[in-house]
Amino acid sequence: MLMNLFKFKGGVKPPTNKTQSLGLPIAMAPMPSRLVVPLHQSIGGTPRPVVEAGDKVLKGQLIGEADGWISAAVHAPTSGTVVEVAMHVQPHPSGLDAMCVVIEPDGKDEWIVREPVDYKSLTPEQVRERLQQAGVVGLGGAVFPTHGKLTASKTVPMEEMVVNGAECEPFITCDDLLMRERAEEVVRGIGIFRDLLQPKKVLIGIEDNKPEAAAAMRAAVEAVGEDFEVIQVPTLYPAGGAKQLIRVLTGKEVPASKRSTDLGVQCFNVATAYTAWRAIAHGEPVVSRLVTITGNVHEPRNYEVLIGTPMDELLKLATPHPDTDGIVMGGPMMGFLVPQPDVPVVKATNCLIAHSDRLFPPKAPEMPCIRCGSCAQACPHELQPFEMYWFSRAKNFGKTQEYHIFDCIECGCCSFVCPSRIPLVQYFRFAKSEIWAREREKNAADQAKERFEFKQYREEREKAEKAEKLAKAAAAQAAKKAAEAAAAAAAGEVPAPAAEASSPAPVAAPSAADAEKAAKLATIQAAMERAKAQREAAQPKNTEHLTPEQQRAAEEIESRRATAGLVPPETPVNEKSE
Amino acid sequence: MDILLAIAIMALGAVVLGAALGFASIKFKVEGDPLIEKIEAILPQTQCGQCGYPGCKPYAEAIANGEEINKCPPGGTEGVQRLADLLGREVKPLDAEEKPKQVAIIDENTCIGCTLCIQACPVDAIIGAAKQMHVIIGQQCTGCELCLPPCPVECIHMEVIAENIDSWKWKYPVVEIKAAPIKEAA
Amino acid sequence: MFAPAPFLLKDTSVSQVMTQVCIALVPGIAAYAWLVGPAILVQLVIASLAALIAETAMLHIQKKPLAMFLSDGSAIVTAWLIALTFPPLAPWWLVATGTVFAIVVAKHLYGGLGQNPFNPAMVAFAICIVSFPALMSQWPSVGLQLPLVDQLNVILGLAPRVDALSGATPLDAMKTALKLGEGSQDVAALLANQDIYGNFAGRGWEWVAFGYLIGGLWMWQRKLITWHVPLAFIASLVAISGALWLLNPAQFASPLFHLLSGGAMLGAFFIATDPVSGCTTPRGKLIFGAGAGLLAYIIRVFGGYPDGVAFAVLLMNLCAPVIDLLTQPKIFGMKDAGKGDRP
Repeated sequence: MLMNLFKFKGGVKPPTNKTQSLGLPIAMAPMPSRLVVPLHQSIGGTPRPVVEAGDKVLKGQLIGEADGWISAAVHAPTSGTVVEVAMHVQPHPSGLDAMCVVIEPDGKDEWIVREPVDYKSLTPEQVRERLQQAGVVGLGGAVFPTHGKLTASKTVPMEEMVVNGAECEPFITCDDLLMRERAEEVVRGIGIFRDLLQPKKVLIGIEDNKPEAAAAMRAAVEAVGEDFEVIQVPTLYPAGGAKQLIRVLTGKEVPASKRSTDLGVQCFNVATAYTAWRAIAHGEPVVSRLVTITGNVHEPRNYEVLIGTPMDELLKLATPHPDTDGIVMGGPMMGFLVPQPDVPVVKATNCLIAHSDRLFPPKAPEMPCIRCGSCAQACPHELQPFEMYWFSRAKNFGKTQEYHIFDCIECGCCSFVCPSRIPLVQYFRFAKSEIWAREREKNAADQAKERFEFKQYREEREKAEKAEKLAKAAAAQAAKKAAEAAAAAAAGEVPAPAAEASSPAPVAAPSAADAEKAAKLATIQAAMERAKAQREAAQPKNTEHLTPEQQRAAEEIESRRATAGLVPPETPVNEKSE
Repeated sequence: MDILLAIAIMALGAVVLGAALGFASIKFKVEGDPLIEKIEAILPQTQCGQCGYPGCKPYAEAIANGEEINKCPPGGTEGVQRLADLLGREVKPLDAEEKPKQVAIIDENTCIGCTLCIQACPVDAIIGAAKQMHVIIGQQCTGCELCLPPCPVECIHMEVIAENIDSWKWKYPVVEIKAAPIKEAA
Repeated sequence: MFAPAPFLLKDTSVSQVMTQVCIALVPGIAAYAWLVGPAILVQLVIASLAALIAETAMLHIQKKPLAMFLSDGSAIVTAWLIALTFPPLAPWWLVATGTVFAIVVAKHLYGGLGQNPFNPAMVAFAICIVSFPALMSQWPSVGLQLPLVDQLNVILGLAPRVDALSGATPLDAMKTALKLGEGSQDVAALLANQDIYGNFAGRGWEWVAFGYLIGGLWMWQRKLITWHVPLAFIASLVAISGALWLLNPAQFASPLFHLLSGGAMLGAFFIATDPVSGCTTPRGKLIFGAGAGLLAYIIRVFGGYPDGVAFAVLLMNLCAPVIDLLTQPKIFGMKDAGKGDRP
């Protein structure tokens, strides 16, 4: 343990609030009445549903097939019946819908046939594919498909593998308890990653406010016989950010423009390692995860929760206080209020905090920025948040990029320290999504322009070709006529004027074209008739036997429509009045 | 003598500077008109002709020659704003109603395969052949509505593109400073 | 509608920041009141009232929320800095005019809190010393111990501004003496006059400067300011005054004299550190502080005004945006690889 740790600049020390949920061991959450499993739970392609309403599914059965390499499969969290595959509100700040598979549990919780394998007998490609098929994604919050991170850079040797057990966000304790109770499986999962990436060192970083977890991990490392280093890092938010932990443990700084493997380092969350081990060695895909239920509740605790469990049912287990007025998913620094309480738990859900004004007092109104620089001192990426704020606010997005807005990890340190109570992170999120949207629009416009120009070019070319063809045909005709005339002249007949010779030449072609056009017109006419008939069929019915009042009302409406030009004038308004 | 010398120096200076300017104008001559390109980069490239010009480039050229900047409905108020910023002109309200982004949809049951819409589409976003059902490639469609009038059976309609989780944008944070209860003045 | 993340916030606010700045000024004010007389407290009250009235009026005109902005305390900080930089027995209307000008023109006409490119207190000082040079140069000699009632009468204009009042600050006295003497006077001999210059054992302005130093260090310890500006300011002032003093000790006063007289300490810790009008990047702050220190020395020694801090700070305010732009720090991951700073 005589290792030199590095420091990252900035960071804040919010009250940790972790002890509340550490008192009790992990409990299994009871089976909910209904599971709503969103298909899109990880970064990358949206998995395609492979089940339909009415299908019987078993626990762990594939319900969403990975779409592309950066995409991870989705599985049924328990056995039961698929009720529907439909749009449901997501645990997402937008409050928008996305495709979900809704399953009614049958209560048996019956597994599919699980196939445990010894990963050492598999090739690295097979291991990666199994992880993808098992839906293993980064459970630290970013939900990036794990198999996509398990390829070392071709040019840079893999030096360190960082395992993230820092868990720096206040309130959250699920990784802490996982390491305390299931350390061995975490260590074995890390072993899989190590064997795939072949780093020189494996460093497990745990914040020094979790001595029990660190001790458990050390014991497990020893028991399994690995040479991983368990390192306690100073408690400082956001030490658990991947880039910050890499910095603290290795001294390397990964900018937004690079991948960490380009610097010979890769980072995984402890919970990801655990699920990877379960997936490979037990054949269990990711159908549940540990969730800390805390905040404004009587009994904060960690639960093992099936993916798709409605959050409100889950929160009830911890008995929220009556003044609870919302659910925060994630920690208090980076989390968000879910749009409605019954949204499902997803793979990214590490913590649910019952929100109340007592716990998180409402913010004072925003004051002007006084450029005090507190945000710049707190920023772990050494950005100048107040400058980015200034330009985001003015919607001067080019300038925000000059101040490296895309290096912002949205950790919230700047908003935390701002004396003017400016929601800085919110401004940066706004600016980022605007920049992305503009990028999309720009691409679409460029594409449209290219296609438009090509079409114009093609039309020009076709016109030229046609003209050339016609000219050729005319020339041929003229030559023929001339030859005939010459022949006739030679035969001693009256010579035809040259002009006359060429004039009938193009007639044949247009007449053919005319016929074609006429036929086309006829079809169009017929189709228009059909369409008209269809519209006629949709004409107002039930116009007989009207009372005078109804008639008058109808007339009034019709006359209004007529004056508005909505009805063709030849339809007499009062035709139906008698 | 002094006056002559002064005049000579000034004349020499004028000649030298004039030569330098002339040289610079030849040496650093700007090819094409970057202004038109810059204007065109702001226009949305829907090629819809709602501005009265046959495409975005002609309108860009017209703007460079003094045409109003508020004639592009697909570009919206924001487009006008950006044109105004680029050209240093005054922002004017849009000359037409601003519409949300749309995509054209062909009703499969009514389409007769006449290919008229294919010819009308400025970006070749409609696939089909004579007497075959046509279909619109949603991603390529610019929502220009140029395919609507030629259709003899009126089987094409426009649909507003709904926001989804991937295209959703964070909103501008609410600025509360101006919300002033004036009665506090007492 | 809830506010977005983060839900946890540090217990801080603009009014807390400003209140702490005011608290940090207290040791200096105490020394001031003890040495020069309690009249300074009256001046502080006058300036504060003028500032609050001007602030209220401006906020009302702009229809900004009054309670929120009045309680932010920024007007009080400006007012106190004005009272502390003006002569202690300046007539009340001079202090009030300066304050109103600072709040109305230097602050609100530029957009209010957080928008002013110049330090409002220093703008007030500059305007008043240009408009009322005589009044702004009348400082009581330290030895003079007028009773409070007499001091009040002078401030309120009820008593004539007796000759005893129109002394000069040590800086001014030194400059005038050196100019009049044209080389015949020696700095050491001048400094022997304790009535004007005081010394560490007796009564003198240096104790007020010490008060500001203590308050400034407290602000640094509370992380309200960083070390960059004060250190650079003091270092550059010491460097230039030290260099000239070593060159010709008969004509130039020692660095210690310059540090402890006039507005040097107040400027280093309270005025040049104003974040709104100053630089914000670490390197920018160093340049800003060093530039202000250097200009202050040049103006106070070679210029026509009794002190140079106000003009120095205003001149650096002008440069602040450019300095900031040119000194943007390298961000995380963009620095040279392997340059890790180990603790």
